[in-house]
Amino acid sequence: MSTRLADGGRLIDRSRKVEFTFNGKRFSGHPGDTLASALMANGQRIVGRSFKYHRPRGIVASGAEEPNALVNLGQGARHEPNQRATTTELFDGLTATSQNHWPSLEWDIGEANAAIARFLPAGFYYKTFIHPRAFWKHVFEPFIRQSAGLGKAPDPKHTDPDRYEQFYVHVDVVVAGGGIAGLQAALEAGRAGAKVLLCEQTAHWGGRAPVDGVEIDGRPAEDWIADAVVELEAMENVHLRPRTMVAGVYDHGYVLAYERVSDHAPQDGVPRHRLWRIRTGQVISAIGAIERPLSFAGNDKPGVMLASAVRDYLVEYGVSPGDRTVVVTNNDDAYRTAIAIRRAGLDVPCIVDARPEANGPLPQEARALGIPVKTGTAIAGVKGIRGVVAVQLCKQAGEGAVTEDVICEAVAMSGGWSPAVHLWSHCGGKLTWDEAGAFFRPDPERPPTNQSGEGFVVCAGASDGALHAGEVMENASTAVGKALAAVGKETKGNPPAATAPDEAPLAPVWVMPQGAGIKKRAKMWLDFQNDVKVSDVQLAAREGYESVEHTKRYTTLGMATDQGKLSNINGLAILADTLNAPIPQVGTTTFRPPFTPISMGAIAGEARGEVFQPLRRTALHARHEEAGAEWEPVGQWRRPYCFPKPGEARRDAVNREITATRSSVGLLDASTLGKILVKGPDAGRFMDMLYTNMMSTLKPGRCRYGLMCSENGFLMDDGVVARLDEDTFLCHTTTGGADRIHAHMEDWLQCEWWDWKVYTANVTEQWAQIAVVGPKARDVLASLGGDIDLSQEALPFMAWAEGKLGRFDARVFRISFSGELSFEVAVPASQGLAFWDALMAAGQGHGITPYGTEALHVMRAEKGFIMIGDETDGTVIPQDLGLHWAISKKKDDYLGKRAQERSHMTDPERWQLVGLETLDGSVLPDGAYAVAEGENANGQRNTQGRVTSTYFSPTLGKGIAMGLVLHGPERMGEVLEFARTARDPEGNLRTVEARIVSPVFFDPEGEKQNV
Amino acid sequence: MLTLTCPYCGIAACETELTPGGEAHLTRFGPGSSDDDFEAYLFLRPNVRGVHFERWRHAMGCGKWFLAARDTATLEVFGTYPAQTTEPPEDIVAAIKAKRPDWEGRP
Amino acid sequence: MSEIAVSALSGAEASGLVTLREMGLQGMVTLRADLSKAASAVKTVTGADMPDRRAIRAGKAASVAWMSPDELLILCDHASADGIAAELTEALKGQHHLAVNVSDARAMFSLSGEAGVLKDVLAKITPADMAALAPGEMRRTRLQQAAGAIWLESEIEARVVCFRSVARYVFDLIAISARDGGAVGYH
Repeated sequence: MSTRLADGGRLIDRSRKVEFTFNGKRFSGHPGDTLASALMANGQRIVGRSFKYHRPRGIVASGAEEPNALVNLGQGARHEPNQRATTTELFDGLTATSQNHWPSLEWDIGEANAAIARFLPAGFYYKTFIHPRAFWKHVFEPFIRQSAGLGKAPDPKHTDPDRYEQFYVHVDVVVAGGGIAGLQAALEAGRAGAKVLLCEQTAHWGGRAPVDGVEIDGRPAEDWIADAVVELEAMENVHLRPRTMVAGVYDHGYVLAYERVSDHAPQDGVPRHRLWRIRTGQVISAIGAIERPLSFAGNDKPGVMLASAVRDYLVEYGVSPGDRTVVVTNNDDAYRTAIAIRRAGLDVPCIVDARPEANGPLPQEARALGIPVKTGTAIAGVKGIRGVVAVQLCKQAGEGAVTEDVICEAVAMSGGWSPAVHLWSHCGGKLTWDEAGAFFRPDPERPPTNQSGEGFVVCAGASDGALHAGEVMENASTAVGKALAAVGKETKGNPPAATAPDEAPLAPVWVMPQGAGIKKRAKMWLDFQNDVKVSDVQLAAREGYESVEHTKRYTTLGMATDQGKLSNINGLAILADTLNAPIPQVGTTTFRPPFTPISMGAIAGEARGEVFQPLRRTALHARHEEAGAEWEPVGQWRRPYCFPKPGEARRDAVNREITATRSSVGLLDASTLGKILVKGPDAGRFMDMLYTNMMSTLKPGRCRYGLMCSENGFLMDDGVVARLDEDTFLCHTTTGGADRIHAHMEDWLQCEWWDWKVYTANVTEQWAQIAVVGPKARDVLASLGGDIDLSQEALPFMAWAEGKLGRFDARVFRISFSGELSFEVAVPASQGLAFWDALMAAGQGHGITPYGTEALHVMRAEKGFIMIGDETDGTVIPQDLGLHWAISKKKDDYLGKRAQERSHMTDPERWQLVGLETLDGSVLPDGAYAVAEGENANGQRNTQGRVTSTYFSPTLGKGIAMGLVLHGPERMGEVLEFARTARDPEGNLRTVEARIVSPVFFDPEGEKQNV
Repeated sequence: MLTLTCPYCGIAACETELTPGGEAHLTRFGPGSSDDDFEAYLFLRPNVRGVHFERWRHAMGCGKWFLAARDTATLEVFGTYPAQTTEPPEDIVAAIKAKRPDWEGRP
Repeated sequence: MSEIAVSALSGAEASGLVTLREMGLQGMVTLRADLSKAASAVKTVTGADMPDRRAIRAGKAASVAWMSPDELLILCDHASADGIAAELTEALKGQHHLAVNVSDARAMFSLSGEAGVLKDVLAKITPADMAALAPGEMRRTRLQQAAGAIWLESEIEARVVCFRSVARYVFDLIAISARDGGAVGYH
């Protein structure tokens, strides 16, 4: 059983205790513990269940590569699944539960899956859940959904109570990894004057060196590390960030780093995570290497751990995995673990070394400590169900005949190390196979390149394949020299000497023993989390999944949180062996960011709640809110849809607003309409290009409605243009169009007609604009006083005037989108609120009524006015809408003119705008199609038209609609059938009949607006 | 995520401060042009793998349109320049040729 | 006018790592012109020298900020904006230009606090390099999802300008980023 030793543990503070719970059981640990070390200290061997077979799983690793110890952390709103116990710093009150088991961790019904494991090989789901089709919905899908996913998703009813944020920085060099290579790189870069950000994913500096007994300049690594940190902290151009993982490297030196600000000490108000969005000249990847498991039968049983992890738990946390630990290896490094175990006073029954001999300094030291070394030996099997109780040994060269049983509680395995090349690879860095070390290392000739076409990632230390401590400093110094040269700096170099005992070469061992038969291979786990075994990869290869990317997806090898950390090399070595191809030819899967998962909260940052996205508010927003407006989002704007009175239904409010406006006076907040100034000697010429109609002939003081088309002829915006003076036009655009149309104008002015003397300015937000609409509109405005003559003679329809209205600076436009007498009044936005209040007061006697966008829509539809986005959808040209009167025939050119001459645009079969009136007075469904005789090739009814706008008109007391209909204007009076969405109980199409009429339903002569 | 230096305000802008505008150096064909010319102007794009000229607007900045010469495969940027030109300027062409000697010019 | 005119947020304030204040009514004039020919007109009207690229210069009557190669933003008293626009139009008579009062189109904020903390807070909402921003430079950028501009009035006071409609968004964004507990300690 794993336990806490009486002494040791350089990271823990034994003088204090920290209480936590796991699956409801109360445990205690020390400050400095990870959840994993504390669980081991408390003898908790099983920490989870595997994904497919629900096999009991123990802790394997001590860092980010941990595949098994994924737990649910926190409760209620703070519940979070799939957190690695190995990277979770312990704090008082931590609550964790294990995952993927039912009813309990120790006794799991899903474990039955394991019994039928041979019926659940790779590709099982793909092969099984195909037939019969009818089973999908009720049998297969619920089954797959039930078994899919690790952990428990947070309750959707909860809102994450924690704070997250993002932070942008620009630096010369990002150093990822605070081991000795990273520290040395940061030191040299810092001394060279570069702006440096040094990120370390754990809370501690120095990486593995202190655990591995490295000496630097003749002193223990720990001392050198402490000095390095002091020197770095004193440099103004260097920032050190512990608990910050470089998650991803992207194009042009963009780097994301994930800082776990307060996971280790939760505190209200302190951000939990902070996402660093970094632009850097160079990235130095000093993220070390990851130890590989060995593939022997039963290597997934609780108690089988990575050799380096066993060493870490002993040295860093004073925790042992058991009293007797067998070390199994193909390299010298694992002997350090055996030596550490023995020095801690525990037993190493033997070291199982697959190599024929082991005579380096470390094996000699182990032998000197009395540890038996069994070379040429392998593990044939592991005994024990809920954990290791013994291992069976055999010859590595053979097929697995057991030579002896060795009683033990733990196995420390090492299949060698693989450089962590993730950051090198994220943005396209290529790898090269290192035959001697049996790993992929960065190919310095093929780095990821930046905007200058130069490499921008260098790897330092173990991440570059310099696995032996003696090579690390020199390697790091060379790497930083390269990175500094790229940002125009220079290093003096002169790295300290790191020393550690020499190591003999490893022997690649991909299967143990090398001749293991299928029964053994089906018990050799490559991916502990996803339950992928040696036999699965071999099966995939036999079934034709020869590409490593296909094998990955077919078997799920290295998917989910692993992302190629533990399983990658072992898996592809097996694949290569099965395909009888060299490993470099098989290649690796793609390393994708993030290095380890980052929280959704960090990705969202502050963008939640009120600031999820910008809400654009007009100057009158507060008044609408007070009036109880129901809001309609229009782009990012919020516009009142209607103003229901207490207890009033929306539809009733809309009808009331329309009736009040048509019979007396209404007010509309039209501030969101775009207002763009176009000024200059060439302004008229430019306006004639922008609009389909002739704008240059517009007289100052007058207004004209105009249409704007894109270069491919389609109607993109409309609005009223006022000519302010000889040189200046004011263009009104739709609410959603202001920024887009301003950009469109600038595009043409900057990129095509740059010699034209025209300036534009988007003054949309300078003005609060209020439409005063209805028969009493003039009376209300006149009662404000001021110096503007509002009479029909002085200010006729489609004229505008400027001056004072009461105390307000106003521009008054006699334009109408409702068919009523209407004045659109613009006042500076700062005066908007007071002006609205003044209008409400002035109109009180007339029952002045604010109306919203829905009343606006109904009234414009009653008048047959088109609406961009209803009558248009990006495929409609003005000619389709009967707007020929607004298309100049005199002009040689305007944007869209050439396109409108194309054969498809002049096709008489294009659907044309008409009005539609149901025979029964009902409201046509929006978007409904008019059915025609016959069916198309897909067996669907042919169509001959479609509804574009449809409303109930309270003015006329019936439904009215507009639509595009084949030969529509020539078919006045004809009745069409429109399809309803819902079919009748027999499944037949239900239709509603409507007659083609003029789209102008109300006041066709325009008498009301022209008074 | 790209960075492109706006030639007007000198900012090495992040892609999130820019809006893209498609291929640069198109010749506008208006009324009177042939169907083929107009079709080519409006729709036909070479979609190159390699050196590409494109339009960008420094939308979250000075608001100006500028042009960039960029490798669509490696994302290497050869240079950015003001939009008021019908052809890539000489220094940009030279910068491209220095890096891509085999480049045969715009298709 | 003061009794009927209000700024976007009527001088709203928030405090945390920095003190945030909406600055109330602020005069602003957009001038578009060939800047190489407009220096004397600008100097006459505002008292400020023509700013270099991305610079903001203070004059007697107003400050002048470079917005783009053919655009300036003139910051002045709210009440004098119409006058300044008219004076510029007069001074640039015969020369192609556009001068317009845009005082109410925007909102302006003051952030004050320790120099480094100020930049830390701003660096949470803009991709622009805050470490490189020095007093006298105005950086147009995005404030998360809204366009805006930032400059340092001094080492310990920053100004932020955005459009009026997103004033509440930008105010909330800064206030949230500046809440106590969120110190970064970077700049």
